[in-house]
Amino acid sequence: MNTREKILQEVLDSQPDTTPLPDISLFKGGEDDPVQKYMDVFKTIGGEVFLVEDLAAVKTSVHERFDLSKRVVTTVPELSDPFELLSGTVEPRLYDDVELAVIRAHFSVAENGAVWLTDQLMGHRIIPYICQHLAVLVKAESIVPTLHEAYERIGIGDYGFGGFIGGPSKTADIEQALVLGAHGPLSMTVYILKQPFPLSK
Amino acid sequence: MKKEIKKDHADLAEAFIRDEERVDWHDGALWFIREKRDRASKQIPEWEALREAASAVKSNVISNLHAYLLQFEENLIKNGVIVHWADNAEEHNEIVYSILKAKGLNQLVKSKSMLTEECQLNEYLHERGIEVINSDLGEYIQQIDNEPPSHIVLPCIHKRKEEIGELFHTHLGTEKGLSDPTLLTRVARKHLRNVFITRRAALTGVNFAVAETGEYVVCTNEGNADMGAHLSDVQIASMGLEKIVPQKKHLGIFLRLLARSATGQPITIYSSHYRKPRPGQEMHLILVNAGRTNQLKRPDFRDSLKCIKCGACMNTCPVYRKSGGLSYHNTISGPIGAILAPNLDMKKHADLPYASTLCGSCSNVCPVKINIHEQLYKWRQVIVKEGYATQTKALGMKAMAWTFSSPATFTTAGKAGRWFLHNIPFVVNNKFNPWYKQRDMPEGPKESFSEWYEREEKKKEQQHT
Amino acid sequence: MTVGLFIPCYVNQFYPDAAKATLQLLRKLGVNVAYPLKQTCCGQPMANSGFENLTQPCDDLFIENFSSFDYIVAPSASCVLHIKDHLHSPQNAEGANKIRKGIYELVEFLTDVLKIEKLDAVFPHKVGLHHSCHGLRGLHLSQMSELNAPPFSKPQQLLSMVRELEQVSLDRADECCGFGGTFCVAEEAVSVKMGKDRVTDHTKNGAEYITSSDLSCLMHLQGILHRNKSAVKVIHIAEILNAGL
Repeated sequence: MNTREKILQEVLDSQPDTTPLPDISLFKGGEDDPVQKYMDVFKTIGGEVFLVEDLAAVKTSVHERFDLSKRVVTTVPELSDPFELLSGTVEPRLYDDVELAVIRAHFSVAENGAVWLTDQLMGHRIIPYICQHLAVLVKAESIVPTLHEAYERIGIGDYGFGGFIGGPSKTADIEQALVLGAHGPLSMTVYILKQPFPLSK
Repeated sequence: MKKEIKKDHADLAEAFIRDEERVDWHDGALWFIREKRDRASKQIPEWEALREAASAVKSNVISNLHAYLLQFEENLIKNGVIVHWADNAEEHNEIVYSILKAKGLNQLVKSKSMLTEECQLNEYLHERGIEVINSDLGEYIQQIDNEPPSHIVLPCIHKRKEEIGELFHTHLGTEKGLSDPTLLTRVARKHLRNVFITRRAALTGVNFAVAETGEYVVCTNEGNADMGAHLSDVQIASMGLEKIVPQKKHLGIFLRLLARSATGQPITIYSSHYRKPRPGQEMHLILVNAGRTNQLKRPDFRDSLKCIKCGACMNTCPVYRKSGGLSYHNTISGPIGAILAPNLDMKKHADLPYASTLCGSCSNVCPVKINIHEQLYKWRQVIVKEGYATQTKALGMKAMAWTFSSPATFTTAGKAGRWFLHNIPFVVNNKFNPWYKQRDMPEGPKESFSEWYEREEKKKEQQHT
Repeated sequence: MTVGLFIPCYVNQFYPDAAKATLQLLRKLGVNVAYPLKQTCCGQPMANSGFENLTQPCDDLFIENFSSFDYIVAPSASCVLHIKDHLHSPQNAEGANKIRKGIYELVEFLTDVLKIEKLDAVFPHKVGLHHSCHGLRGLHLSQMSELNAPPFSKPQQLLSMVRELEQVSLDRADECCGFGGTFCVAEEAVSVKMGKDRVTDHTKNGAEYITSSDLSCLMHLQGILHRNKSAVKVIHIAEILNAGL
């Protein structure tokens, strides 16, 4: 018997009588306005959030808030001028000098401030983690109240990699002192767009 | 490699407590996290129902683990992940080594994984010429100090910033006396970023593994798991068999509970769902037993496998807060460690179930409702039965049972000069009794309640006749 | 209604006043109380140390002493919890079951069985309430701070009936004091540190007395207070509820 078979046999011999899965369909969000709730929560976790009209407003804000003399990348074609439009084929280590990444998320979650994005929207999986600053665009209408609605929306999904990102990377490992910018971005900005914008690839 | 630990919990705790200022800081820092957990949980009206549901999902997992493991494996393979099975630490370590060797790699960057700590992977690979760097800041600090993590979520919570500054001065060449947490973190960021960029192999732990889709979720706040994994050519994940959840939607429950229980955050900054290797990348997953099936066999203790490693039981445990995680001399410390460890080595860890007052706070904060304090009680019974209690303690207890069960002995002894003063461990009045080191006993009253009661009753009878 | 008074062994020996207060208070409230003289220990110190297998004689004796009563009441949450959770008898399962169901800690007997709404008691002092873990998390005498559930407190409800008593609020409402049975000597350093920190919480918040429904916790805290020559005293809750002018 090989290790796999041995372990599986032991599991089969040791596991107790089966118990049913609970009904979790009752778990859902409350009546709060998801946009307002999202903005309130995201601020408390060290993020910056702006409710804006459209992509033009995003452009303006990015110009005001970030050092654009450094490398800025995006997956949003409408922002590719003047930013560098990402292509997923590049060796990931070459993104080490990215100052700012501007990418879209599929949606975000009001209760915890997290945005959900899959590798289709990242350009490259490493982008939202390796950049010094991260800016994410979400549609106001796409904000869901809790993770239950979030997973309902994701479903089985078709991605190689997907992640919730809820704020700038942080650590409190040294004496519980909160430090933003552990290994990932030092800051995270979310732009909530009131007007629909294309979410196609 | 690591600092040798031979003393038991009480000895190690006593040593930790000698530095009372540190203990007070440690206690306060962890209590603050417990308070943050309380506040976060109280913002969710359905919190207790979520815990109930999480516990029920995990019960279902434990009772159908065989089928879920097969389903998970099948989906992993479909996703292009290479699956390995390891029955013990040695097999796990060999697998990691062989993966690296096949690629000709002699460096590995690792994010937090208690399982690989349990397996002592770093030591194993080090002996074979492979350099491992722990990338979680707290684990990195513990690694350069050659000490195991003292807490599963906050690996160096027992260290003061000045000590960390000293370590950085020695190992990273920072200015002597630098102890500002932000500046120290920046130094580590810069140093470890170079590590991430240059390593070709990365290993992560696994928080949840979804049988339905064959994906696994890794939660961090620092982003170190993602930095390692997405920059690697070879990505390895090690997981205990118990990390399975049946369906994707169950992640909603567990991710709502995990960070709130751990640190009071609404969710960890990063909750990464790994499903397929990216083009050109190799992805391995190692399913590790290392005693899980043995624990699964024990009806009283199998629920310990529900643990999602949030650390809430440690933060709330007053014994943990006063004694420090290293006093548990086990990879997983605190209350949950004390019910997991005896399964792995009962003799070595016989002291741990006794490192508790059985106050029960751990069970109340547990997001998957493990009856931790009841299991501590039950482990004590097992440890005694299996003969691992110390002889003196056993004899003392036998004498006590004999005396207590015989009212004649009890009362005579009591009258003859407070039977207790000779028999109950905490009142034996001599200089060897630890009670008296820092405490007094109340002075014995002139008469016991029973003597008084008997006298009163006689008086009453006499009045009536 | 007949009530068998169960006085834990160490209370009998060291705290007869608490036992007397319990008896007097119950009688004052019109309860028919008797104290079986042959009682000894409930067996908890052994069971909690892992020697549950040695406690059968204690259990048998307990059943013998108390099976004739409608209720059993004790001024000790810890011992009551032990009986409730662990008393068993292979020969007399029904008798054991009756005992486990009929035993009450004093506070819960007053609030849940007698359902008293007022007390003729006065205690003009600042009092800190120490929740014993066995009373709190075992018998559920108060709501536990860890849970997201409506607050309540049976001992506080009773203390609020006592005239001129001022309850002090604590920084950590229901943290363990570190007594823990044999833990108090087996883990002396941790036990004392936990006790010291509980004492500090009470004293810095102005308590003149620390009260509890468990004398084992109080004995431990008293030991620390006394060693450190503190003026703060411990008192069992029965003595406060029974306190007149």
